[in-house]
Amino acid sequence: MTDSRSPDTATLLDIYRKATLIKTADDRFIELIKAGQIASPYYSPRGQELVPSAISANLRTDDYVITTYRGIHDQLAKGIPLKPFVAEFMGRATGTCKGKGGPMHITHMASGLPVTTGVVGSGLPIANGFAWASLLKKTGQVTVVNFGDGASNIGAFHEALNLASVWNLPVVFVCQNNGYAEHTKYEYGTGAQSIVDRAIGYGMHGIQCNGNDVVEMWSAAREAIERARNGQGPTLLEAKTFRFRGHLLGDDGHYISKEIMEAAVAADPMPKFRRWLCDEGHASEEQLQAIEDDNREQFEEAVQFGLNSPYPDASELGKDVFAEGVGV
Amino acid sequence: MSEVKKKRVNMSQAINLAMHDAMALDENVVTLGEDVADREGGGVFKCTAGLSEAFGTDRVKSTPIAEQAIMGAAVGAALAGMRPVAEIMLMNFMTVAMDQVVNHAAKLRFMTGGQTNVPLTIRTTTGAGFGTGGQHADYLEAWFAHTAGMKVVAPSNPADAYGLLLSCIFDDDPCLFIEGLPLYFAMGDAPVQGERIPLGKARIARQGSHVTIVSYSRTMVEVMQVAQELEKQDISVEVIDLRTISPLDMDTILESVGKTGRLVVAHEAQVDFGVGAEIATRVHKELFGQLKAPVGRVGAARSPVPFSKALEDVFIPTKQRITDAVFEALK
Repeated sequence: MTDSRSPDTATLLDIYRKATLIKTADDRFIELIKAGQIASPYYSPRGQELVPSAISANLRTDDYVITTYRGIHDQLAKGIPLKPFVAEFMGRATGTCKGKGGPMHITHMASGLPVTTGVVGSGLPIANGFAWASLLKKTGQVTVVNFGDGASNIGAFHEALNLASVWNLPVVFVCQNNGYAEHTKYEYGTGAQSIVDRAIGYGMHGIQCNGNDVVEMWSAAREAIERARNGQGPTLLEAKTFRFRGHLLGDDGHYISKEIMEAAVAADPMPKFRRWLCDEGHASEEQLQAIEDDNREQFEEAVQFGLNSPYPDASELGKDVFAEGVGV
Repeated sequence: MSEVKKKRVNMSQAINLAMHDAMALDENVVTLGEDVADREGGGVFKCTAGLSEAFGTDRVKSTPIAEQAIMGAAVGAALAGMRPVAEIMLMNFMTVAMDQVVNHAAKLRFMTGGQTNVPLTIRTTTGAGFGTGGQHADYLEAWFAHTAGMKVVAPSNPADAYGLLLSCIFDDDPCLFIEGLPLYFAMGDAPVQGERIPLGKARIARQGSHVTIVSYSRTMVEVMQVAQELEKQDISVEVIDLRTISPLDMDTILESVGKTGRLVVAHEAQVDFGVGAEIATRVHKELFGQLKAPVGRVGAARSPVPFSKALEDVFIPTKQRITDAVFEALK
């Protein structure tokens, strides 16, 4: 790590606020789906909360974050407004995408969230385009693209890393390595010992960190983002983490051994982070409780907003297909 | 703006002029693709020659041979407010970039509820006749016309290529711009500088009264020759050059077929499930009672593009097959 500075208390509490908002959203989305109030496939980020929360603490609002179908943690950490976000999950006309994109395609331009893709690996080549545009416009923006360990085995990953390196683009490729590509354990699908090893093949800077350790994650993200912002080019940042709630809601996790799951639960980053904040004197129990309560209250408001919102009119099918509207 | 001095140009030169003029007009116009910069020769068919010298290698970028990376970068740049022109050297290589085109470029405006759009132009070339075999010469326009959110454009001559390419570049939606390979080398009238040709509007290439032929791209060459030859036999052929395949200018087609009562659609793509099928069904729906014959379709043989010249010559929609289809319609 070239940058060993630690985040200050305000930054840590901001990260905590984001991480607990993600956990609240995850818990509530699952409840709402099980209650039949949301009809959608759901890809839980439980366990990966700290990764984007620590990354976003180093980003500007106009920096771009591109993510995938498992992306609510990335979107919430980047600061997407809750009401249209939740309404989009519910397929309502008031959603970020008017209910036409859904959870797998959440977009909110004002928050720097231009693309959420449902196709593994496809965000990486697109990230290069945003970064190229930032260079041409001299805006100093950085593009962060998130993906899982599974995506590092698809062609788009390799084409994108190579091009980013050749063009020296301000991109941070964040591999949230949660150990499983759908149901396939890392070593059964990935030839490289570590994802970060693949950076060498593209002449790219690589960093591996424990994504469940807030200081390590913040520091690694800071290094990668500063490099991109300073014209030092792209970084492949591998954040080691774990996914507690399977690939898709309903996944029984039969492919994860009892020992691995028990060890993961014992190392759950959320309670660990909470204890650490208190032990290190960054916050009191009461302060953290207040942050959590505030998150729940705000999220609940968004849920009610969504539930009370209208569904899109059938005429929406003909809109936004082309600039002119209806397709011909 | 570069000056158009020549009275006659070929399509490669016309495209090069359009690229120069678009890049001079708007600094958001950028281009990328294999070998497009001057260091690499300005494109295998010289369509981008001189651009990097004029506008710099930040805006004119040669790429690795990596179509997913090319198309993804173009999609991202377009989303970020640029007007990228991505060159995919040959249309068959579009298959490598399909995810970015079909799942992303075409759909993002809709999926984001209109928050974003992809003002991307994809330039690509194709066509049989050069002995390039089964993976270098397919006409795949129907795939893209079948995809909601894509515009598909296929000029038949240099001046149209210039005006249509300008329209594609400054259109706010993704456009696939198909350049018929033999047309690169065929001379035609020079374009009027700066004059854009609207997308979605067909051109009556030739007026006639007995039968209508609808065509586009390279097949227009054969169709116009057939129409001239049939005139000697007192058969009056009206020829419509579609220019844009999607959106389809049905008004022009219906007006013509309403007059002639007979229609043949000719294109180099395979007939089955193709553009001709779409036009035929729309014409049958609107003019069922007025048609004097079923709509005829002419296209490539139902096989991969063959290598041997003996096969290639009969694979494409030949003048003979187009003529036969006209006589069938006139029965």
